[in-house]
Amino acid sequence: MIKSLNRSPVTRHLLLIVFSLLMLYPVIWWIGASLKTTAEMSSPSIWPSKPIWENYTKGWQFSPEFTFGRFFGNTLMMEFWNVLGGVLTSAIVAYGFARLNFKFRGVFFSILLLTMMLPGQVTIVPQYILYNKLHLMDSYIPLILPHFFGGGAFFIFLLVQFIRGIPRELDEAAKIDGASVYSIFYRIVLPLIKPSLVTVAIFTFLWSWDDFFAQVLYLNSVSKFTVSLALRMYVDQFEIQWGRLLAMSLLSVVPSTILFFIAQKHFVEGIATTGLKG
Amino acid sequence: MNAEAVVNKRTDAKLRLTKKKLKGSNDNLAGYIFISPWLIGFLLLTVWPIIQSFYLSFTEYSLLEAPTWTGMDNYKNIFTNDTDFTTSLKVTFIFVLFSVPLKLFFSLMVAIMLNKNVKGMNLYRTAIYFPSLIGGSIAVSALWRNMFNLNGYFNHVLAWFGIEGVGWITNPHTSLGTLILLNTWQFGSTMVIFLAGLKQIPNELYESASVDGATGIRKFFHITLPMLSPVMFFNLVLGIIGSFQMFTSAFIITQGGPINSTYMYALFLYDKAFKHYQMGYASALAWILLVIVALMTVINFMVSRYWVFYETDGGKHK
Repeated sequence: MIKSLNRSPVTRHLLLIVFSLLMLYPVIWWIGASLKTTAEMSSPSIWPSKPIWENYTKGWQFSPEFTFGRFFGNTLMMEFWNVLGGVLTSAIVAYGFARLNFKFRGVFFSILLLTMMLPGQVTIVPQYILYNKLHLMDSYIPLILPHFFGGGAFFIFLLVQFIRGIPRELDEAAKIDGASVYSIFYRIVLPLIKPSLVTVAIFTFLWSWDDFFAQVLYLNSVSKFTVSLALRMYVDQFEIQWGRLLAMSLLSVVPSTILFFIAQKHFVEGIATTGLKG
Repeated sequence: MNAEAVVNKRTDAKLRLTKKKLKGSNDNLAGYIFISPWLIGFLLLTVWPIIQSFYLSFTEYSLLEAPTWTGMDNYKNIFTNDTDFTTSLKVTFIFVLFSVPLKLFFSLMVAIMLNKNVKGMNLYRTAIYFPSLIGGSIAVSALWRNMFNLNGYFNHVLAWFGIEGVGWITNPHTSLGTLILLNTWQFGSTMVIFLAGLKQIPNELYESASVDGATGIRKFFHITLPMLSPVMFFNLVLGIIGSFQMFTSAFIITQGGPINSTYMYALFLYDKAFKHYQMGYASALAWILLVIVALMTVINFMVSRYWVFYETDGGKHK
């Protein structure tokens, strides 16, 4: 395999095209299947003989009371706060770790890195009990609040690495001019880390969208459902309406997909350059 | 050491002195103010829950009444007469054992393939990364469940080659394999990290190896693999930890079945805690998971000494 990769550009392109198609094949099939009847679902052709657009219109009307518009609205509202909290607090915390010399900084930073390896199962039960006692069940608070606590260890680590790459001379020049650490953060560091903040925002959005576990734990009433939870209701039915389920599933990945294409550069390059330096 | 170096060192020391003066001592307060969002969250949502979960693991607690102390009973029960525990542990170990190496191998191969200067590479990268973007969602779990049905799409493809498929998800012999396959299909983030690692290998190494007449395969084993070993290690450690906690696809696609063949540990724990409301028992399960994961990580770090290669005279460090 290694050897074949070193061959001519034509073979290389051919290989890449075949492989890309192989990877995308289930997705392509998915698009076709979302327009099929259940009976036609297993037929080998990708495109249905007669596209059933009803899968989309009827699927969108989740129940007499609620449409998927409601669920998309709920999810986007939650996402707004998650992204805001994540971006805001991860930058603040990362600046503290990257630039300020305080007692036990090293210890706390090591602890921060260790928490990345902590299985969530250990904390989930007491957290659930805590939110239950505070009467915050069936609300978005348990889903949003953690993002306001630094946005997650991974993002803090990412930003610390990035801030460390900014020349310290910039800070020091400002310090000589009498700027406080707060104004250095706000006027110098914050503008410079904007690109990585975009990365943080994107990944917060994507991961919260898929954070099914927390959603299933904390939200019970249909009126508050996220898109994922509504889809799960479709899956749990005795007789699954595959066409509608696949149609709505496909719609549910549209926001992430749009985001991915808009900010494509930030994905591979952003993680690649900031994530693993030093 | 020559004179120039000595002078350099002196000015360095001077610079450091002025830097120290500049910093002042009030960084302590400012430092804690800046990290306070994380610190508060850490104390509230990590430290306190860890302590509580440890305590709860020695109790019986159903949320409705106060926890009652039962000593080691939970642990005793788990280890002596809970077949679900042994089953789920076995299933999870098999899952980790296959999916982690498979994903590492696959993503490394793809990363190498994508680490070439070919026109339109961005397009290929996007196409190949895309499944991972959506892979963890309910949506894809639903898709997967349909494709691997007895009458699903996958069997139709097999039929072209004259192979008679089974109901991949409903057959206890193949259900776990199907989940492993799905997990491997989402190799994107692992691959991106490999790609980043590949880009950091200095080209000169390959060039001088070529001059010495090394072939592609030799270069791979003597340059690429050793230089990539720290990244490999990172991916391995996080991959193992993540796989032990696999939940969504088992929850949606198979619900642990058929005949518990995909009853992942995280799923078992979820059932105990949030279906049966046995909070104490679930906490004990969580602590066992923590110990297993910690042990795996420690072993990984110990073994890493024998195969992970760190550049000691790093020309790349700043």
